[in-house]
Amino acid sequence: MDRRYVYLDNNGTTRIADEVMEFMHSYDELYGNASSMHTLGRQAAAGIEWARGEVAALIDADSSEIYFTSGASESNNMVLNIFRDMIDDGKGKKKIIVSSVEHPATIETVKYLKKRGYSVEFCPVDRIGRVDLAALEKLVDDDTALVSVMVGNNESGTIQPVKECAKIAHSHGAFFHTDATQAIGKIPVSVKDMDADYLSLSAHKFYGPKGIGVLYARSGSPLSPFVHGGHQEKGMRAGTYNNQAIYGLGKAAELARLNLEEEHRKLWEMREALRKGIEERIPDIIVNGSNDESLCLPGTLNVSFPSAEGESILLYLDLEGIEVSTGSACATGSLEPSYVLLAAGLDVELAHGSIRFSFGRYNTMDDVDYVLEKLPPIIERVRAMSTRKV
Amino acid sequence: MPESFMAQWVYTDTVKDHFINPRNLWKDGEDFVPDGVGEVGSLACGDQMRVGIKVEDGKISDLRWLTYGCASAIASTSMMSEMAIGMTLEEAYHLTPSAITDALGGLPEHKFHCSVLGDKALRAAIDDYLEKNGMENPYKGTIAKIICECKGVTDQMIDELVKSGKVSNFEELQKETGCATACGKCRDRILEELNECLHIYGK
Repeated sequence: MDRRYVYLDNNGTTRIADEVMEFMHSYDELYGNASSMHTLGRQAAAGIEWARGEVAALIDADSSEIYFTSGASESNNMVLNIFRDMIDDGKGKKKIIVSSVEHPATIETVKYLKKRGYSVEFCPVDRIGRVDLAALEKLVDDDTALVSVMVGNNESGTIQPVKECAKIAHSHGAFFHTDATQAIGKIPVSVKDMDADYLSLSAHKFYGPKGIGVLYARSGSPLSPFVHGGHQEKGMRAGTYNNQAIYGLGKAAELARLNLEEEHRKLWEMREALRKGIEERIPDIIVNGSNDESLCLPGTLNVSFPSAEGESILLYLDLEGIEVSTGSACATGSLEPSYVLLAAGLDVELAHGSIRFSFGRYNTMDDVDYVLEKLPPIIERVRAMSTRKV
Repeated sequence: MPESFMAQWVYTDTVKDHFINPRNLWKDGEDFVPDGVGEVGSLACGDQMRVGIKVEDGKISDLRWLTYGCASAIASTSMMSEMAIGMTLEEAYHLTPSAITDALGGLPEHKFHCSVLGDKALRAAIDDYLEKNGMENPYKGTIAKIICECKGVTDQMIDELVKSGKVSNFEELQKETGCATACGKCRDRILEELNECLHIYGK
């Protein structure tokens, strides 16, 4: 095949959809401060309220429960900060429980809290990276303030039993937060169905712009600002509204809702074609996570190549125009490989040799064929160089 | 797009060249019988290096290597192989990681330890060659740098203690050597060296 450019890092971020880009630009003149009383301000605010409605419709919430933030990292921080405030105030429960495979935006934040003396527990996961519900049941007690478990994992693609986690949390009077960033637009996400009290999402993971996201907080759930200042978002999140980004998020939310089934089908088809192709062409590989369609985000394929190191594979692929990510420590600047894969019991060497392929709406079956042509000789080459032979 | 937006490759052109075309790679089934072999690193740490050398008239006449490692490890070992061939054992023994990274046009700071493995494996191969031939090893200890001046603790000492498994943390190292117990100025450098060794030997 002729050289192609194949972007397979859609879990990292996505290209802004053409429809979203066009939509944002169609409101270039709407630069008014949405908090202003004059006409331009009111128009800008109307657009923001439209976007709020679109996000609410996407996750089955009410518009009044949607708070705009700079993205899921901030949303996760905001939730944890609400409970930190309550713990500081000496109001009731003190324990925070998160799964051991949460995104760094959650993991690093609770580690920070733990270091400062807060009570934090990490719930273990099974071999495919799914929360161990029996373990969670044991961890959650009447002193538990908050349980946070993501909908789908960014590295392994594993889908969590969030409904069951919420049930366990609620049975002890704890609140439940879920980070739905990777799941939005790929699988159905309903706050009502999950019975979530809080949910985080980022626009850029589903073809919207970067730097904008949402915290959903169920009506009546505790709330306090993380970013203090102006009275935006009912005083819960200060800062002048980023009009265009919010309109883009609204448009992306609309598209995600309308295209959900088609997107899921297409992503899963490409993921499975790549998985089967790799299994046929490359010996001794391990697929991380699950190959069960109901347990895996449709666009995510995480594969370990024993005796081959991930950063080398990534860079040889990059030279062929194929962009992926790796769980190897070498690519992160730390000395530790992916904690997500290690938490699922994966051997350290296999975590170093893991590659994540993540599909998006702009990928095609030709991309899959191209990867299947370029990848096998690269793995063969890296393995031939290795001190370790498979 | 402004020119400043144009992406550079993640490493220098020289690193890229050695990454794409590694020199002196130890190929499968190749007729290469080494006079000495050295292996350092561990898979647990994500990098492992094996170096085989042939020695003629006190000089390294040929060298082959294998690595389980990242692009920097591949490039620095490849560069090391080019530099070491033709060197006397003494010169090769004193080949430093910074000489290798300089030749590569530099490596990002967090990648520096990848190049440390190449020259360590080379020294281990020379040690192995001398030992196999019942020859005296005049180089061992000659590259030691004193880190703790008060107690005279060298990087070489820390390396040996970690390699042999006698020491696996700072407290044990202090107990064994007394390092950083007097003025304590060297504490950070001791920790740095210790962590590097723990990483390299996969402890």
